[in-house]
Amino acid sequence: MKFGLVLKELHRSENDLAHHLLVISEQHKVDHEIYHLARDLARWSQQHVRDIAAIAGSYGEDLDPEPRGEAGLMETLREKGSEMVGRRPETGMLLLRDLRELYLRACGVSADWELLAQAAQGKKDQDLLGLAEKCHPQTIRQMKWANGKLKESATQVLVS
Amino acid sequence: MAQIDRIAEPWGTRTPYGSGDEWPVRVDTHLAEGLAPEDVDAWVQTASLLHSNGDAMDIAVKDNRIVGVRGRAEDRVNHGRLGPKDLYGWQANGSADRLTRPLIREGGKLVETDWDTAMQRVVDRSKALLAEQGPSALGFYTTGQLFAEEYYTLGTIAHGGIGTNHVDGNTRLCTATAAEALKESFGCDGQPGSYTDVDHADVIALYGHNVAETQSVLWTRMLDRLAGPNPPKIICVDPRPTPVAKAATLHLAPRPGTNVALMNAILHDIIANGWIDREYVRAHTVGFSDLEKEVRKYPPALAAEICGVPAEQIQEAARIIGHAERLLTTVLQGFYQSNQATAAAVQVNNINIIRGMLGKPGCGILQMNGQPTAENTRECGADGDLAAFRNWSNDAHVKDLARVWNIDPMSIPHYSPPTHVMQMMRYAEDGSIRMLWVSGTNPAVSLPELARVRGILKQERLFLVVQDIFLSETAQLADVVLPAATWGEKTGTFTNADRTVHLSEKAVDPPGEARPDLDIFVDYAHRMGLKDKDGQPLIKWHDPESAFEAWKECSRGRPCDYTGITYSKLRGGSGVQWPCNDENPDGTERIYADGKFWAHPEYCETYGRDLITGAPVDPSEYKALNPEGKAIIKAAEYVPPHELPSRDFPLQLITGRTLYQFHTRTKTGRAPELQAAAPDVWVELSADDAGTYGIAEGDLAEVETPRGSVRARVRVSGIRPGVLFLPFHYGYWDTEAGHEPDGAGRAANELTITDWDAASKQPIFKTAAARITWVAGGEGPSPAPTTTASAPVGDFPQEARTKGIASALSDEAGSTEGGMR
Repeated sequence: MKFGLVLKELHRSENDLAHHLLVISEQHKVDHEIYHLARDLARWSQQHVRDIAAIAGSYGEDLDPEPRGEAGLMETLREKGSEMVGRRPETGMLLLRDLRELYLRACGVSADWELLAQAAQGKKDQDLLGLAEKCHPQTIRQMKWANGKLKESATQVLVS
Repeated sequence: MAQIDRIAEPWGTRTPYGSGDEWPVRVDTHLAEGLAPEDVDAWVQTASLLHSNGDAMDIAVKDNRIVGVRGRAEDRVNHGRLGPKDLYGWQANGSADRLTRPLIREGGKLVETDWDTAMQRVVDRSKALLAEQGPSALGFYTTGQLFAEEYYTLGTIAHGGIGTNHVDGNTRLCTATAAEALKESFGCDGQPGSYTDVDHADVIALYGHNVAETQSVLWTRMLDRLAGPNPPKIICVDPRPTPVAKAATLHLAPRPGTNVALMNAILHDIIANGWIDREYVRAHTVGFSDLEKEVRKYPPALAAEICGVPAEQIQEAARIIGHAERLLTTVLQGFYQSNQATAAAVQVNNINIIRGMLGKPGCGILQMNGQPTAENTRECGADGDLAAFRNWSNDAHVKDLARVWNIDPMSIPHYSPPTHVMQMMRYAEDGSIRMLWVSGTNPAVSLPELARVRGILKQERLFLVVQDIFLSETAQLADVVLPAATWGEKTGTFTNADRTVHLSEKAVDPPGEARPDLDIFVDYAHRMGLKDKDGQPLIKWHDPESAFEAWKECSRGRPCDYTGITYSKLRGGSGVQWPCNDENPDGTERIYADGKFWAHPEYCETYGRDLITGAPVDPSEYKALNPEGKAIIKAAEYVPPHELPSRDFPLQLITGRTLYQFHTRTKTGRAPELQAAAPDVWVELSADDAGTYGIAEGDLAEVETPRGSVRARVRVSGIRPGVLFLPFHYGYWDTEAGHEPDGAGRAANELTITDWDAASKQPIFKTAAARITWVAGGEGPSPAPTTTASAPVGDFPQEARTKGIASALSDEAGSTEGGMR
């Protein structure tokens, strides 16, 4: 039984995804849809972190229910930096790099949820299956958002 | 014939009628002072260009000048009636400050030139950018106020000739969510309802739709039902005490930004009580179980907390809607320009869908438009979509459009969704869009966060072309200004919010060297040498009627089928509703009549988007979900606004419009009766907040958000406590500074946030955190109209109430004078 391990990994990867979404939001404040949506979508992962922690005790893992904190002072610095470079063409390439990274991370989280769901089905564990059914669809939406943004942004950045 | 001051009485005299009866005729006329109908040389057919209702009218001409207007009794839309903007707005055409010659920037100043020089400058820059960077360097931003022929020409040039994906209209600001909500629910744009549904409905629910001010003649129709036997119940959702709210059976005033929570709670009760048509849902829809599951999380008690509306009111709304036999539903800016615009508007669709109330008399949805020709911007591809509701992610549709234009499908950009205007501004900001051609709109006043917008438009590296009839705030920043003809000076067609197509004929010559927008676009195409794949000119038409015939061919077999319409069919008589073709030679009053939709995967305009993230739905996913093309029921969770009130900014700011002005007042501000009725900006706040902040009616106050400040005289009104309202019409063209604030700001968009709905890309104008501070005492009431949603509360001097200047007297005539009350 390796449920604890899977939960621990999910807890880590969701925390990581939430943090990455917040960092992208801060770094691309001049791209307003990225800024606002990345923050909204980070909240989904933060809630997943809480949900995972709430159930983990039953599987022998003590996981922190509090998502990793927001960046605080660094946030302000990055936002200012973002505003200053907003009129330079290099920001487009940075955006593509960050969206690509985000997409891959979200894919990783999605794979983790699949592992958990498979295990839960094998063990007929309704609680874990319920958790995966609640969270995994949102991970897929995060993935599709990152992928959609990547496609939408790529042409202008790469041909201009 | 009676005389009436239509500034003081905007909706005129009641002509009551009962359910199922014909709306009586009332012909409204306004002529220049001293003129009688017999003095008029000619009456020339058109419809209103100052709102989306499509009021049909005739222009009175004398000595090659427009001297007045008269409503067309035989038209299905207005039965002869006109609204205040229709009656007085025509005078702007004759303003002395019309643009009459092209202008180019020389040594930092705009100077007059000839058409050859101005067009050559535009063409030279276009060609240089195409050679250096390609089509991604060029963007086109148009309006909701040109004609179908002009949009189709512009869309063909941009998509088929230049090959740029950067095409949008200012319909993005007013009607993008209407289009998106219809696409999400029905797979395609196209208004399900018809204005005649007002004649039959037993419940009319208006969501964020102050119809009394935005489509005043449609409200007149509703008022006449309310004054007649068996009147409909009215439900109004609006944070302001609009004329609709005052006439309503039930008024809900939710906290700005919480519409999805409110709609989910109403749906919660409708479903929980079984007030649904299960057979219709089973036969004609997909997705119901998702909705059932989602709205279960929104009991009225929870939504009451989120929305600040009593749970009993939510339950009562659900009960009235749930018992309606003929439910007409309408939606406008209170939903479209607010947080979660598309998600909220889609939940409104869901109500009619699950109640099976579509396509029957009295049962309809009107996802309204803001502007007169917004529907054509959408149909003809000038909002970035492919012409005639073709699906950019369906290769067969792209190929078919390439066939119509006789070009290679690869020439039509369809690798990603079209670039909406807010993204175009971002590309101009990062320097990758280097030429922006703005036609018939004024982004320097109408886009959010104006300091940013001005900063982008002023950049040296951006070549800005502005095509307009006045030297607007935006035109003042241009490198080339092209003087255009407008309504009454050119011929073309346009389509209102209920799919009614009208012909608008040329009545007088344009001033000076001003040219019709169509001629300007065609000239550009020829000068650019845009060709089809056989080396023939891409634009094969040369005047309005030949452009219309080309557009008809493009629309053949698509939902917005115009093939049965001709100019001669539109002359005389009434406007015609599309689709109009061999099967429906007289047009189509209601679509979706038998649970049949345009949502089949091979036919639909779009596969939709995630309502929260905006991510496009994959074609294969859509095909799996909706293989037979049924109506799509989409659920959405409530997400709070991105900017919430804080200690520093404790209030919520919403911006909006007034009955007497249109957009940035380029026309209405030049019509004396309208300008006098709403002469300057004001800010509305509740009596509660007035007490808290020590501010009284007429005081000068400063409204601030993190983005800027505006000074305005205060109207203490019945608005929801905690909410401020500013009209967005007032910019700077009639101030010393010309295009920007000189000291205190006046334009509401100095304050708005750069944020948009992820699905429709419509900017959010109605959810900013703000504060208000007293600046100085006033010497009398604020300049806000008293006849409308900005009506004052408390003691108010009678002499300061809104009334017309002497020339505001208009004529009203009933079909049977005795029937008038």
